[in-house]
This record gives sequence, C-alpha cells and structure tokens, in this order.
Amino acid sequence: MDLHYMTAHAIHKLLVAREVSAAEVAEAVLARLEAVEPVVRSFVTTTPELTRAAASRADEAIARGERITPLAGIPMALKDNMCTKGVRTTCSSRMLENFIPPYDATVVVRLAEQGSGLIGKLNMDEFAMGSSTENSRFFNTKNPWDLERVPGGSSGGAVAAVAAGQAVFALGSDTGGSIRQPASFCGVVGLKPTYGLVSRYGLVAFASSLDQIGPVTRDVTDCALVLNAIAGHDPMDSTSAGYQPPDYRECLVPDIKGLRIGIPREYFGQGLDPDVERVVREAIGLMEELGAVVDEVSLPHTEYALPAYYIVAPAEASSNLARYDGVGYGFRVEGATDVVSMYMKTRSEGFGQEVKRRIMLGTYALSSGYYDAYYLKALKVRTLIRGDFDQAFKKFDLLASPTSPTVSFKFGERADNPLAMYLSDLCTIPVNMAGIPAISIPCGFSQGLPVGLQLMGKPFGEETILRAAYAYEQATPWHRRRPSLEVQQ
Amino acid sequence: MEYEAVIGLEVHTELKTNSKVFCGCTTAFGGEPNTHVCPICLGLPGVLPVLNKRVVEFAIKIGLALNCKIAAFSKFDRKNYYYPDLPKNYQISQYDLPIAAGGYLPIEVNGETKSIGITRVHMEEDAGKLLHSGESISRSPYSLVDYNRTGVPLLEIVSEPDLRTPEEARAYLEKLKAILQYTDVSDCKMEEGSLRCDANVSIRPVGSDKFGTKTEIKNMNSFRALQRALEYEIQRQREVLESGGRIVQETRSWDEAKGITVSMRSKEQAHDYRYFPEPDLVPLVIEREWVEEIRRSLPELPDARKERLIRDYGLPPYDAGVITSSRDLADFFDRTVALHPDAKTVSNWVMGELLRLLNAGNLDITRSLIKPAGLAELLRLMDQGTISGKMAKVIFEEMFSTGKDPGTIVREQGLVQISDEGELAAVVDRVLAGNPGVVEDFRAGKERALGFLVGQVMKETKGKANPGLVNKLLKERLGSN
Repeated sequence: MDLHYMTAHAIHKLLVAREVSAAEVAEAVLARLEAVEPVVRSFVTTTPELTRAAASRADEAIARGERITPLAGIPMALKDNMCTKGVRTTCSSRMLENFIPPYDATVVVRLAEQGSGLIGKLNMDEFAMGSSTENSRFFNTKNPWDLERVPGGSSGGAVAAVAAGQAVFALGSDTGGSIRQPASFCGVVGLKPTYGLVSRYGLVAFASSLDQIGPVTRDVTDCALVLNAIAGHDPMDSTSAGYQPPDYRECLVPDIKGLRIGIPREYFGQGLDPDVERVVREAIGLMEELGAVVDEVSLPHTEYALPAYYIVAPAEASSNLARYDGVGYGFRVEGATDVVSMYMKTRSEGFGQEVKRRIMLGTYALSSGYYDAYYLKALKVRTLIRGDFDQAFKKFDLLASPTSPTVSFKFGERADNPLAMYLSDLCTIPVNMAGIPAISIPCGFSQGLPVGLQLMGKPFGEETILRAAYAYEQATPWHRRRPSLEVQQ
Repeated sequence: MEYEAVIGLEVHTELKTNSKVFCGCTTAFGGEPNTHVCPICLGLPGVLPVLNKRVVEFAIKIGLALNCKIAAFSKFDRKNYYYPDLPKNYQISQYDLPIAAGGYLPIEVNGETKSIGITRVHMEEDAGKLLHSGESISRSPYSLVDYNRTGVPLLEIVSEPDLRTPEEARAYLEKLKAILQYTDVSDCKMEEGSLRCDANVSIRPVGSDKFGTKTEIKNMNSFRALQRALEYEIQRQREVLESGGRIVQETRSWDEAKGITVSMRSKEQAHDYRYFPEPDLVPLVIEREWVEEIRRSLPELPDARKERLIRDYGLPPYDAGVITSSRDLADFFDRTVALHPDAKTVSNWVMGELLRLLNAGNLDITRSLIKPAGLAELLRLMDQGTISGKMAKVIFEEMFSTGKDPGTIVREQGLVQISDEGELAAVVDRVLAGNPGVVEDFRAGKERALGFLVGQVMKETKGKANPGLVNKLLKERLGSN
C-alpha cells in the first residue's frame, strides 16, 4: 500500500518494526503533496523542512532504541486558523495574508510534543465562515472525489489533504459543522469534541462560544490517537474544562451490544436528499444488526437552531474580528487620510463578502435596542436546544443522523445563495449550539460521492462516540476507499 | 433663579497588582514603549484572556470598604468600540452584573457629614497610550501606540448623583483616594494616570426634584482641575439657561490651560458599545467565605483612624482629618507618636513644617527623607532645651533636604543652644554696655526696645542663645521684674 495513504497507527507499526523510516514516510507524503496539489489545492503554505526535521528526530529516537509516541514522525497539517510560531497563519484572508504569529497555539505545542511534523497550513473559508471553502480569498480547494465539486467547509483544505494523501491527518475547527460537513463530503473521519475538551488558545476566533478544534483522520483509530494528543485542560484557555480525558484508544472496542441509539426525527426532514437518507438509514440498520438498540426521538427545537446560530455566531464574530483594523499587524491599505478612513478602507478591502455579511449581521444583532430581540433570544433558544439533547440523552447513549443533507455540490452552485449554503449545516449546527461532541464517519456513497454518518454524544461522551464509530468502521469497507485521483506520480 | 448642581463621578483607578488583568505582563509604570507586552495584551489573533484572581480580590476589598454588596455571581462583558489604543477594538469590562454595587461613602465638607451613594464598582482592562506626532489624532500625520498600559487592571467606581457642589466632588474624590490607598489596592497617582475621574453634571432650580440635562466632563487630571472644571461647567450651564438656551446632552473636555470645557461629541454621536457577555471567560462565582476572609483582612479605614486619633490623642477633628487623609501620612504620625508621645506637638510639626515642605516640593510623604525616628529625635532635643524652636525649624529643613539625623546636624553646625547662664550673662552685659541709648528707651517705657536687645544677643551668639534665658537675664539687669 502507498505510504501516503496509510493511517498514522499503521505507519507507527512500520516505524517501530523498522520496516520503514520516518524520513521515507515524510518523503512519500511530500511527494504526494506536490503531485496532487496542482489539482486539489489544499495548502496555503507548505513546510517540508518541518516535516523532515520531525522525521529525522523520530528516526534518531528509533535508532537509539527509544520508545516513540504514536504520532512521532507522522506528517500532519493544520487548518490555517491555528497559530504557528514563525509560520504564516492567514485564515485564508487578505487581512492576514502576511501575518506570522510570534507564538504557537496550544494544540500545536501538544502535537510538537508528540513529535508530529507540520507539513503545511490548509486552505479554508475565510475566517472559517462558509461551507464550501469557496470563501477562501486565495483559491478553491477541490474535492478529491470529484474535482468539479467542493470539499465542503470551512475546513475544506484539511479534509481534502487527508482524503488525497497529502497529510496523514489534520486538525480542523468546527463552529457550526466545519469539520464534520467537509469530512462527510470527502469521505474521512472528522470529530468535533465537546466544547472545552480541546484548548482554543491560538485558534483564531470566529465565534468563541462555539469554536472547537478537532481531528480529521482516515479512520477512527487515528481519531482517538490525535484526540489523545490534543485533549485536556489548558490554563491558557479559561473555557477549557477541568476534565481529565481518558486514553481514547481504550474505547476502540468493536462492541456496541445494547448501545441505545436515538434517531432524531427532525434531522430526516425537508431538504434531505432521499439517496443520502437511504445510505444513512442502511448504516443505522447495520448498527442495529451489530447489537445497538435503535429508536426514534424528537429534538423539538431543532428548527430554531439555524436562525439562532446566525445571531450568536455573527455577533461574536463581529467583535472577534474587530481587531483587524490595520493598526498593529496584518493588512493595511495605503493612502488613508485619517484613522477612520484607514479603518474603513482596510476592512472593506481586507475582508471578503461573506465575512463582511456576518460582521454586519452580528453588529446589527448586538445594537442598542435590538439586543434583547436577537442576541438574548438566541441565547434562550440555545438553552432550549441544549434541553432537547439533555432529554434525549436520558433515553439514549448516542444520536445518529446524516452529517449533511446532501453530498458535495458543484462549485458555484450555492455561492450566490447564502441561505442555501447555510442550510447545508442544518444537522451539524445544533451540536455546536449545545456544546456536545459529534463525529462524522464515512458510511457509503451516493452518486459516487461519500456520505457521512453523524454520531452525537453526551458532553464528554467522546468514548461512547469513538466506540460506536469504531464498531461500525470495523464492519464496513468505507474508510478504506480512496479517491481515484488521476495524477502523474 | 437659584440653581443647584447635581454631580456624579465616575472614577477609574489602576490596581497595583504585579501582573496585568488577563496576562502575565508586568504592570510597572514607564518602561520603554511596548516592552511590557505579550501576544495576549496585544490582542493578537487567537489569544485568550485568563483572569488574574488578585484583581477580583482587590475589587472585593474596595467594594467592602465602600459598603457595597458583593455579587455572588458576576461576569465580564465586551464593550465594543474602535480606537487605536485598544488592540482588540473591544474592552473587557463588566456591564449588568458588576462585582459590587449599592454602597456609600461618607464625606465631610465644612464640618458637615454627608453620605454619597456608590452605584457600582466594576473591573475592566486599561487601554494603551497614543503618542501623536501632532497636536491630536486628527491633526497628526501619524500617531504611535504604546501598549505597556494595555491590560493593566482598572476599577471603575460610579457614584450616585448625590454631590451638589464642586467642593463636595473634590472631598468625595479625596476620600475615595484615601480609601484606595488605605486598602493598598492603588497608588492613585493622578499625574501617572492611575487615578482618573469623569463627572456628570447638570443643574436644576433649587427645590426641584427633577434632573436637568447633564453633560459629561472628561480630562480632569488633578483635584484642582476637577474643582475648577465643575465650577466652570456649572457657571456655563447657568448662563445657558439664564439666557433662555437649552443644555445639550454631550461629552465635554476640560481644557486646563484655557480653563474651559469644550464639546467633544453629542449624544447622537455617542458610541453604541454593543455590550455582550465575554465568551472567552467563564462567569465568576464568588464564595461568601472568600468575601468574609477579605473583610477580615481589611485595614483600619480613614474614618475609624480619624476617630481613634481624636479619642486616643485628643487631636482636634480638623488635625485628625488632615493626618488621616493619607494612609502614609497617618502611618508616619503613628510611628512618630510611638517614639515621642506628645501627639499634639507631633501633629503640629506634621501638619505644619512637614506638609509645607512636601507640598512645596510636590512630594509624597513616602519620598520624604525625614523619617518618624528623625522627627521624634528632633522634638526630644527641643524638649531637652538642647535646641530652640527656631533652630529646630532650621534643622528640620536640613533633615528634609539631606536626610541626616538631627543629632548629626546639631554637631556639624555647632547648633547646640547656649543655656549656660554664666556664658550668656557675659554676652548680655556686653550688649547692654554697647547700647546705652536703647537701654534708656526701655527705661523710658519703650517695651519694644527689649526685642532689639534680644536680637543683639542672638546676633552675638549666632542664634544659639536660649531665648527664654536671654529674656530672663535682660529683664533682671534692666530691673523690670
């Protein structure tokens, strides 16, 4: 099998057995990255020197007979909204096109401690706002399964790179589905952890109360390994939980006998592609065969999640993005006559359409006289949505649904219709609003394109999610499928 | 028509914690521009605030000292506005759930005590400092930003509109400053900006219970400025009303040089701060036990200390008030009295010579080279008759400027008072023999002639003669007893 398509745990075995060197892995993945990048375009920045350096450190450790960590020498990539000291971090925005952070995000430090080597920074929707990565100010990233289609978003570069063999795993961020929806579009595993499980320190904020960093991997085992590396309390993030995470490898047991899985009725409603529904229902049927107890459940406030999200997230974003003003760093227009014109021109030209739309939405929602009607009400809706999940989890261990109501769509298909674009996040947004964890795993194909199954768990219920996902994965072939990218190697 | 003013103050004070409110940077004043900064206080992409617990402790301390109710549940909010000294373009502050509220502060003006309501006390972060290349931001080709002060913890203390005169406003601010210093939470240096004050002012006909339209006055950088600005603004408003005009609700800036207030922005131009709960911080749950622990650790506050000085030392209330207006001054007094128990004399010297020299040099008591032991020693030398009161004042000035102890100064300058009767008698006789005309005048009933003769003796002895003894000897010889 091609090294560039192997999982981290498989590579680790080869490294430990000295059947392959970390340098060989690094070169194989770098070669693949170069080969497919012209057609896929996942990367904003590549850092081959960091990959090679990590590989040689891993090889030296192996040569000295030391035990290496499961991710040592594994080439990985980061969505370009995680700060990397000395490596440009752009958020795929003109505003930060040349911004080089003087510090590392906590997840970056933790992966470095594992000995994993950064191979590059990944394209995304500008400031993580979007569902197709078409809002990148730089270029479109293609879906490796069909180059005419979007990879999903906003972590489009992350899923495309993992699906195309350009990185063994990646970290994405998920504010309203930005890991799970693209993971489902590109046939990879994507986990949005419980809010507070993974430190946000160094993640360029979009909507602080919703943002979470999570793994994008080729299978559930890798997902557990990466989560092991990044989860856990961080004193630099006041919203990070005091929770002591377990060793997630221990939940990789293919046994879901008696596991109670709820099927939220509202996630199978209008807008759900019938063929996607068929694939997802088959997947749930298989879990039932594996011993899970499946029943329908209602999450009655689901329809309000999307509108409430489009108050809360833009409101926080309008404030979080206020700092990009041309004063201290980042983009600044030339020729401003005074400070106000510098602000206006810099922000008009530095931000793209979707970012400006959301800043305006959020500014409006927080304005004096509108706060109670919009923001405060949205917070109340959020409480109700959380209440829906609390109720459901009294009866069920997990909830299962499609990750996205459709498979990947074509470039431009929804670009001019923001509302249609927003609807692709219908099944993922309530999870962020409630702060609970959810995974998307490959569960089959529709029209030749990957379909994702979403499994939602209780707060800090990642173990149950991973166990169920692992059991399903072991019984199915989907995670071993690779796109047939026609490229010259 | 008779008008009365209605004044409320908003006071900002920097807390003297070692580190900033949301990061580990030092709060030290000064420093080369942009050396007390890190990614967090610079508001770089991706950073998050972590609350400094000491700031909460200090806020609770002040809340208690101002007789406030301490919230059991409090939170931070974002105040959104654009300004180049604010790196995130929002300030982390507290909006609807401040740490403390509903207190009061008694003040004294013209011997009358009045209680001023404290609306709220809340925590927030300070902004940076702009250095304009021209006069102002709008008239500068460019401006530079120093972020050293960014993120220094601030308390905002808001009073009820209970103040009626500029004197009351000043007394309130002075009392507040004393409390901030007593509790050791702030240096309160107005010149360094660690104590800042804005005022809301309106006037209304005496007897009316409705408020008039108010203006907000900013940029008053001293107690004197506060008082002058309020006097000016009240007069300005009165003139507007008396000439049939209307007060415009606006923010005005005090121009110290011109002695006037100038309009900055109108109500229509006022910011909409779009407050919302700070999502990067978790709400504060304040344990009652902690509050009680802080309450127990509160030092003796100015009013209690003033009462003690009146009760234990019999000081006049005015003296006790002046001495306790500053914790450092009161500490100086207490330490001196411990060494020299004549409290009234100590008080006279502290309030007289010491404050005079401090004020003349624009110095703070903490910078005084005279220490309590030095003053006590000086007073002992005077009591023993080693030096005269007049000499003591000279020595005191020397101590003040050099920091030497009084014994050393006495020795070095040979300032020991001549109290030897034999030695002085010889000088007196010499003076009498040399001034027969003056002696004649005295005998003819000119009492003032005696003063001249005393002066001559002092001159002969270079001021070292014991004045009481000189008087006695002269009178004996002139036979006037």
